Amino acid sequence: MEKLSVEQLKAKSKLIRRHIIEMTGAAASGHPGGSLSSVEILTALYFNLMEFNPQDPQWPDRDRLIMSKGHGSPALYAAMAESGYFDPKTLISFRKLGSPLQGHPDRKKLPGVEASTGSLGQGLSFGVGVSMARRLDKKDYYTYVITSDGEMNEGQTWEAAAMAAHHKVDHLIAILDDNKYQLDSSTQEICDMEPLTEKWKAFHWHVQEIDGHDLKAILNAVEKAQKVKDQPAIIIAHTVKGKGVSFMEGNNAFHGVAPTPEQVRIALKELE
Amino acid sequence: MEKKLGKATRDAYGQALVEIGKVHPEVIVMDADLSKSTKSVMFAEKFPERFINVGIQEANLVGVAAGLASCGKIPFISSFASFLISKGFDQFRMSVAYSGLNVKVVGSHGGITVGEDGASQMSIEDIALMTSLPGFVVLVPCDEVSTPALVWETLKHPAPVYIRTGRPKTPVVHQKGTEFKIGKGVRLRDGKDLTIVANGSLVFESLDAAERLAEEGISAGVIDMHTVKPLDTDLLLEEAKKTGHILVAEEHQIWGGLGSAVATFLARKHPCKMGFVAIQDTFAESGKPEELLEKYGLTAPNIIKTAKKVLGR
Repeated sequence: MEKLSVEQLKAKSKLIRRHIIEMTGAAASGHPGGSLSSVEILTALYFNLMEFNPQDPQWPDRDRLIMSKGHGSPALYAAMAESGYFDPKTLISFRKLGSPLQGHPDRKKLPGVEASTGSLGQGLSFGVGVSMARRLDKKDYYTYVITSDGEMNEGQTWEAAAMAAHHKVDHLIAILDDNKYQLDSSTQEICDMEPLTEKWKAFHWHVQEIDGHDLKAILNAVEKAQKVKDQPAIIIAHTVKGKGVSFMEGNNAFHGVAPTPEQVRIALKELE
Repeated sequence: MEKKLGKATRDAYGQALVEIGKVHPEVIVMDADLSKSTKSVMFAEKFPERFINVGIQEANLVGVAAGLASCGKIPFISSFASFLISKGFDQFRMSVAYSGLNVKVVGSHGGITVGEDGASQMSIEDIALMTSLPGFVVLVPCDEVSTPALVWETLKHPAPVYIRTGRPKTPVVHQKGTEFKIGKGVRLRDGKDLTIVANGSLVFESLDAAERLAEEGISAGVIDMHTVKPLDTDLLLEEAKKTGHILVAEEHQIWGGLGSAVATFLARKHPCKMGFVAIQDTFAESGKPEELLEKYGLTAPNIIKTAKKVLGR
């Protein structure tokens, strides 16, 4: 697929945001806040950085993306649909009975989904396994794991962090969508995991910190992370929960609550 | 009945892995710092490049295995059943079962025959947990003949499998060359009055009990039901219709084990009188394995007592 320029990626991000609003609005459920915060990250990956073939989702040399923060499924589905995995018209079936677009990603129901997620903290381990299989197979694809600040609470995240570094697993790039909130309140208030950069460095990871809505910064950071050898890499992307919709930005009420029809109308107007 | 001790099932597993490793390059063996106990170390010595020791982190062990399986590898992951199944359970649920990935899970030191180490190391709920996961095959082999045969069989079945092995040396009950199939029980003894359905360490005890019952004029059959899921319902139905009395014996909690599986099936298809020899909703303790089996009633004498109760004699 043709790699989009930064300007084109910006336009694509807006389209993905529109899908997220429409999907969660139509489902009257879902997680708009944490989906909107990860839009630039997913857009940069799906429309510039990753190599894959929607006509052959199991292509052995493809780059893999694991949406460890499975509640960000609307953003993932929108990016996949716009990449050609399925007709964007299917997006409206999100969370409805019989839909391949389950509330949280299901690899058996939707080709192209690498890992079934939704129970937090499991994606990084899965990604480590994928990248270790890659090393055994002497391939050079990249494995991207999209994780969240909330997931930093989970013990399994740190098991995987220690083990991946010990086994010198490279071609593994975690991107932390650090939108500062988890379900109940701010991450700082619930279980403060800062300083995250120092923690990941202490676990022997290659660490970068960026503005997670700056597409150019994302492209640069991922390209740098791809070159890291004998070490896993993490990009801590500072983001805004609900980014792109004025009344959702930094408003944790939209963590797991969908916009009303009226809010959908206003949001879509903002995203024109 | 004469007790001819063979290898522990964990040793039989380790040896089978080495043989499998020679012809299956896609097999990866993993452990969580207990490879010397689970016997996956045998594979590690032969194929170090295909052995991954993750350290003491069961949840991550399961997740990494799922990732490997998503790329076509066949991971065999081992640790003590008590830790692996309990600490890895949500990962088995999400990353393996729900994901439909081909991961082979082998929990060693199953049951109370762990002995002196005590209750914290004893897995008496693993069968309940693993049979509750859709798509998981659950196996409890009893000796050095059936264990390697069933480990090989799991390779023909590209889906999640749980195998429980045990710590102590166990009596050999099967003839060399016996054919084992996932989901097919083995009739070791034919009976007219009662059928004892057992697995793991209770298979030998059941044969011993059947022999002694015969001396008292009671004809008891014995089935090695090594597969708890999928259950061999054809064989069960045949036995239930023939003897009308079913006794289930296992080294597991009475809740959710082989007994529950058999009862759930027979209650629907052919209700009959049943008895259960299992751990009665309690944790065990430290002691010699034989002392523990005696105290918690997992012996031939208790099978005989329960059989007579079922038969009303």
